[in-house]
Amino acid sequence: MTREEILNELKSVFAPYTTNKEMLANINDQTDLITDLKINSANLVDIIIDAEAKYNIEIDYDSADKMINVGSCIDVISEKLNQK
Amino acid sequence: MNQEVLNHLPYKSSFRFVDHITELSSDGVIGDYTLRKDSFFYRDHFEGNPVTPGVIITEIMAQIGLVVLGIYLLMKDNEGSLTADEPMFPLLTSTEVSFHKMVLPGQKVIVTSEKEYFRFGKLKCYVEMHDSAGDIVAKGMFSGIVKKVELKNG
Repeated sequence: MTREEILNELKSVFAPYTTNKEMLANINDQTDLITDLKINSANLVDIIIDAEAKYNIEIDYDSADKMINVGSCIDVISEKLNQK
Repeated sequence: MNQEVLNHLPYKSSFRFVDHITELSSDGVIGDYTLRKDSFFYRDHFEGNPVTPGVIITEIMAQIGLVVLGIYLLMKDNEGSLTADEPMFPLLTSTEVSFHKMVLPGQKVIVTSEKEYFRFGKLKCYVEMHDSAGDIVAKGMFSGIVKKVELKNG
């Protein structure tokens, strides 16, 4: 999968946890989940669990810790997909 | 074990809403609380017509359904103990509750909680409250953080 494909799919993963639909439609690598998308920090755990189910991957604590913006989410997901 | 978990509850007197733990495992908890007739909130909610506020119902569900279970899960992770010098500040991070029946002063309520997941320090549970007649009082999803996790920017 390309980074762009993952980015587009991530929009549906984030959608239940943000009310900022305009920002969501225009996310890029630098978009911060907490400060830009205004996602409750505890909901980052739900996003990680939803991403695991969607891509059939397992995200460990160290990887989860990195997932603070869209770019780092794509990094972690593509890394885990390549390990499969 | 149940008594040890109760001893770790950080709430005091007027804001402690757990009397007994009747079942406790890694998958969930059942506990009960009897509303005290002299609780502070009945005097004003409502004057001459005391009814248990929804926020208190929510708090009872959170204390039994999330905090009791969360303490148990943390103790299990730490081989049966919580270090005494580690301050416990459970934080409610989200709730979605529907209310079905009023609870009056002196009534006993039974809270049943089923774990959805406990990961990265966050506990999410489906929680129901019944009265002693077995009728549903409230139900909903509860999430909380029971241990400080350093999520960056979090």
